[in-house]
Amino acid sequence: MSDPIVPLYQKRIPIHPRSVKGRFRLLKTSILALAYIVYFILPWLRWDRPNAPDQAVLYDLPGRHFYIFSLTVQVQDIFWLAGVLIIFAILLFFVTGLAGRVWCGYFCFQTLWTDLYMMIEHWVQGERPARLRLSKGPWTREKLTKVGGTYAIWLLVAFYTGLTFVMYWVDAPTLVVDFLLGRAPSAAYYTVLFLTATTFVMAGLAREQVCVYMCPYARFQSAMFDHDTLIISYDQQRGEGLKGRARLGKDLKIREDRQVQGVGDCIDCGYCVQVCPVGIDIRNGLQYQCISCALCIDACDVVMDNQKWPRGLVSYTSENALNGKKTTLLKPKTFGYGVILTTATAVLIWSVVTRSPYTAMVEQIRQPLFTRLSDGSIRNVYEIKLNNKLTAPMTVGIRIEGLAGATLDMDGMERVQLAPQERLKLLARIQIPPVAIKGDDGHEQHEKHEDEKNDVERAKVTFIVEALEGATAEPIRRKVPFYQPDND
Amino acid sequence: MSDNTLNAKQKPGAVQTTGHSWDGDLQEYTNPLPRWWLWCFYGTVVFSILYWFVYPSWPMGKGWLKGYGTVDYTITDKATGKQLEKKDQPWNTRALLQEELGQAANDPKRKEMLAKVQAATPEQIVQNPQMMEFVRSVGKGLFGDNCAACHGQGGQGVVGLYPNLTDNDWLWGGSTARIQETLTLGRKGFMPAFGTVLKPDQLDDVAEYVLTLSNEAKPSEAVERGKALFQGQAGGCYACHGADGKGLAALGSANLTDKIWTIVDVSAQKTLQDKKTQITNFVAVGVNNTRVMPAWQNRLTPTDIKLLAVYVHQLSGAKQ
Repeated sequence: MSDPIVPLYQKRIPIHPRSVKGRFRLLKTSILALAYIVYFILPWLRWDRPNAPDQAVLYDLPGRHFYIFSLTVQVQDIFWLAGVLIIFAILLFFVTGLAGRVWCGYFCFQTLWTDLYMMIEHWVQGERPARLRLSKGPWTREKLTKVGGTYAIWLLVAFYTGLTFVMYWVDAPTLVVDFLLGRAPSAAYYTVLFLTATTFVMAGLAREQVCVYMCPYARFQSAMFDHDTLIISYDQQRGEGLKGRARLGKDLKIREDRQVQGVGDCIDCGYCVQVCPVGIDIRNGLQYQCISCALCIDACDVVMDNQKWPRGLVSYTSENALNGKKTTLLKPKTFGYGVILTTATAVLIWSVVTRSPYTAMVEQIRQPLFTRLSDGSIRNVYEIKLNNKLTAPMTVGIRIEGLAGATLDMDGMERVQLAPQERLKLLARIQIPPVAIKGDDGHEQHEKHEDEKNDVERAKVTFIVEALEGATAEPIRRKVPFYQPDND
Repeated sequence: MSDNTLNAKQKPGAVQTTGHSWDGDLQEYTNPLPRWWLWCFYGTVVFSILYWFVYPSWPMGKGWLKGYGTVDYTITDKATGKQLEKKDQPWNTRALLQEELGQAANDPKRKEMLAKVQAATPEQIVQNPQMMEFVRSVGKGLFGDNCAACHGQGGQGVVGLYPNLTDNDWLWGGSTARIQETLTLGRKGFMPAFGTVLKPDQLDDVAEYVLTLSNEAKPSEAVERGKALFQGQAGGCYACHGADGKGLAALGSANLTDKIWTIVDVSAQKTLQDKKTQITNFVAVGVNNTRVMPAWQNRLTPTDIKLLAVYVHQLSGAKQ
């Protein structure tokens, strides 16, 4: 037997991408700058909010409030988060179906942080050949300084990334001081430690391994591709010609000469491979490792410009376009995702804009279902939960309607003041004199409730909760059952 | 045999195979795992071994390996704030709960409210929405633990056995002060057995009279005879129930003029005869050691009793 032994595990081959200048690099750098400005500056923005924290964006978990500029999100509004997640998911499907892995190439934090780490690496250790030399060379003083320096800056960035994340959950200036003085809660230290470690490892060491081996999005985005989806591709026909690609050799310097000899436009310079952050060769076709960062397009454009040949040997295109067919972007799929996306966004915006400044829930206390009082009148008891969502005090009034002869007894708390963001539970009793219940229109409102025993009747009463002072909003109406013994 | 096709990099797009080939062209793909993946696996092995030492892990005979991790917690007395127990236990979720109860974000708030309620009089508590919310929340637990076994979870009681606390009729008085007294000292209901004193037809007459007090029966000759017995020395009912039949809170005697029947379930009877029978049967035997409310002064703290008094008072909806 002389079977070669196939290794079960593969060592990571380090990738040292060369830098490149071009349209897509500029776009990527702009997005990176914008994203970093937003992420790192946001916790420091102040926002005037009386009776509440003055941080523009603050996720106050113990206080159960999310402050986002002038919007305060409460626990019961958590479905907005669901709405946002649905919108993001549909947006991902929509964009990926049309333009491929745009998220991966330009917006994913793995891409952004890896990009930043590579910039730092480039700044400290130099261009690709220098880095290759360093990485292959022995541990000299130069290598130690440069690699150590890179790691040190990486660690600083990782630490500040983690610290910034924590700033979103507590008052940022206080946290930074407390953190440095060792007074912050242990959760802050653990979170920063964890995020420092993950940022350093994922962006510094693992890099493309995250996209290739860990990320589920990378894999299921492929499922949204079709023949019209924009992909980054090498123009095989133009690049290879009849006889394949060839370097710029003797008699192969001028495009017309090459075409006469049947050689394609690809001069096999390898620039597109050298700039690739995931270490693939785009000329091998669409590969699952490709994060659509478009840097190979920039690289090839630079080379083509140098040759004064037309750009586009590597370009955004689609499978249909490559096969000489028409690319159709307006398809039922596009419309479908578009409609869902628009609807979901509209619903979310409507829900946020029309949010009530307060909430009121009424729940019947069903044990006992009703009580007969000494004069024979019947009483039902309810619990009212009020929630002032504003950061200012508010006065709320409670009354009832829809049940003839009924009186409301709340021990004088029919009018109650709520402190800013206060939640309060009140007890309400409704009594009716010992006569049959009549509705507003005079008709008997009795209906036998199936779940109840035969000697119980159920009517309805409506609680009206309205903001009297401190807020203007539609009164909240809550229709609840009223039980009484069946006298028939 | 086959070629070793490990040199995938040399053939663009080629997939690496194990190198075996059967029946000439049958080959097996191989996609080797990244090496770091293997190290992660070894990492989990090391983690699990460390875990055994920190947390409870292996069964050992009748016990188990408890681990070196510990949970510190203290139990303090609610009323006095005195430290009862300080524990330093091997890690377990029960101790963890105790620890977290002591540190929970809401705990200072609860203590603050408790202090407020402790300092306030029942009258002040009743008028304050925040304190009443607290009383309902704490009171529900106290009531469920101590009172619900007899009076029911909602305080609705059982007719004939345990008074209904949700109506506005009180045998022993419904002010918070009276309820506090009832809770602290307990109550013992008493009514003599009239079966040996009055004849059956006399009992019947008294019953019919009593029913007129709450408009259940109409005046008649029997009612007049009953009235004479009730208000006279022969029956002597007025001594406890009062000449007007409204009862006396000081004695715990029932108000016979309202629609609430605590012992005899008159409301549930359809005919006058049935109602009368219910009453005569009861008046014949009376109450003797059958209706006892225990004293809670040695079982609950004064604060708990105050909280419960306000809670029960609110159940009844009675005004001070």
